[in-house]
Amino acid sequence: MTVLLDLEGVAAYYGAIQALNGIDIQVMEGEIVTLIGANGAGKSTTLMTICGSPQARSGRIMYAGEDITNRPTHQIMRMGISQSPEGRRIFPRMTVLENLQMGAAFGDPAHFDADLEEVFSLFPRLKERIAQRGGTLSGGEQQMLAIGRALMSRPRLLLLDEPSLGIAPMLVRQIFAAIKEINAAKGVTILLVEQNAFHALRLAHRGYVLVNGAIQMSGTGSELLARPEIRAAYLEGGAV
Amino acid sequence: MEYFLQQLINGVTLGSIYGLIAIGYTMVYGIIGMINFAHGDIFMIGAFSGLIVIVGLGALGLGSAGGLIVVAIIGAMIVAAAYGWALERIAYRPLRGSFRLAALISAIGMSILLQNYVQLAQGARVKPLQPMIEGGFVLMQKGDFTVNLSYLQIIIVGTTIALMTGFSLLIAKTSIGRSQRACEQDMKMAALLGLDVNRTISLTFMMGAALAAVAGMMFLIYYGVIDFFIGFLVGIKAFTAAVLGGIGSLPGAMLGGLLIGLIETFWSGYFTVEYKDVAAFAILVLVLIFRPTGLLGRPEVEKV
Repeated sequence: MTVLLDLEGVAAYYGAIQALNGIDIQVMEGEIVTLIGANGAGKSTTLMTICGSPQARSGRIMYAGEDITNRPTHQIMRMGISQSPEGRRIFPRMTVLENLQMGAAFGDPAHFDADLEEVFSLFPRLKERIAQRGGTLSGGEQQMLAIGRALMSRPRLLLLDEPSLGIAPMLVRQIFAAIKEINAAKGVTILLVEQNAFHALRLAHRGYVLVNGAIQMSGTGSELLARPEIRAAYLEGGAV
Repeated sequence: MEYFLQQLINGVTLGSIYGLIAIGYTMVYGIIGMINFAHGDIFMIGAFSGLIVIVGLGALGLGSAGGLIVVAIIGAMIVAAAYGWALERIAYRPLRGSFRLAALISAIGMSILLQNYVQLAQGARVKPLQPMIEGGFVLMQKGDFTVNLSYLQIIIVGTTIALMTGFSLLIAKTSIGRSQRACEQDMKMAALLGLDVNRTISLTFMMGAALAAVAGMMFLIYYGVIDFFIGFLVGIKAFTAAVLGGIGSLPGAMLGGLLIGLIETFWSGYFTVEYKDVAAFAILVLVLIFRPTGLLGRPEVEKV
């Protein structure tokens, strides 16, 4: 297995506030890796820093053998990285179709119809809502749209930020099943940020635990699930 | 009745010019949330560029009046777009992310700079242009009073309708327009989808400037005189139009332009010409007090 994404000692700041304190993360091609941790631990910041917003102030981010640490966001996102960000960030006054078109803005137009059909087969709900404005969708539908939009560029690495947040349990299962399928059927490498540690660790090949902007632990999903301190901190009481 | 009809025709013509300029204000506001107070001066630059083309080619004895105007409009659009691009690049981009007042002050600075530059380069005196398109239809006659619809007015309103239709389609249907709307709605997300946000913003400035240049050309051939200062008053009125229609809203800018043109013309026609500017700006004050989002604008607060 080759290393697709490699973060070495990455530190990031929001203004003067340090959000990431020199973290090391490796993601192999074809893996699902999850990043778990409490609110404010720096999970979303890690994903955004990979995308160059904010840029890492020190350390190095390598993607597919290239140093992307200081590249502007739009260039990074054209290299085969996609993100379904925190809060979903659906364009509220665009239709579902337009949102998906935005996702495919820099792909090969020849793929568009086929990719659209794939997204619709993954999330049939979106097809029913195709002409509806993004802002009028339910939370779960918006989440599907955010993931679908991220898939429209045919990513090699998919960054997913809290896909289960604020969503009915029924839909959570559906979304996690979709994530598994994206990885297994299409071979898309996934870096998944989750508060729902139980689901995430069961799904992922490996996981990292982030505490106050630093990696505290890492291991395979089942290893981490078995650790008593993980159970105490992230699972008991919070598990679904 | 005849008088009313004549005022209506004049008002729609003037409103077309305001509407074209207002689009530039509203688009820039929509995408980066600032009022480009130098936009009126881009309109003035457009008028001057058009005049230079007409006088230059006319001196060489080239072209018919119609051909000259078309070439001048295209030339003015290109020059104004270059100014719009440079304006954003020099005066606004370095201040993006800074406090909001900074960009506003910078805009006012650029406005003063452009006015003084043109005053120095072209002189302070007004520049006349011979009427290029004369004649028209007499729609009605009653005693001494005739209702005229000049060819020029038809051209101005027709061009405006064509441009606004084309432009609305561009925003609604093309990938360029989609990118602009994406930036307007969530710039950070647009970047996360690989969009070069800076490029889209530059393009927005250039489009707004090109439309203002068309308005400048229309102003030039309609009124026949321009000077370095025309951008100030016309610019602020177009800004008022954008606010009246709902700043950030494209149909709002068009509607607002039309309304401001009509209000100003009817006020001059039925009350006093001296107070026509007061009428237009009283509207601005009233809108800001009673309906800050304008006629077609969205409320600022949105469901997340």
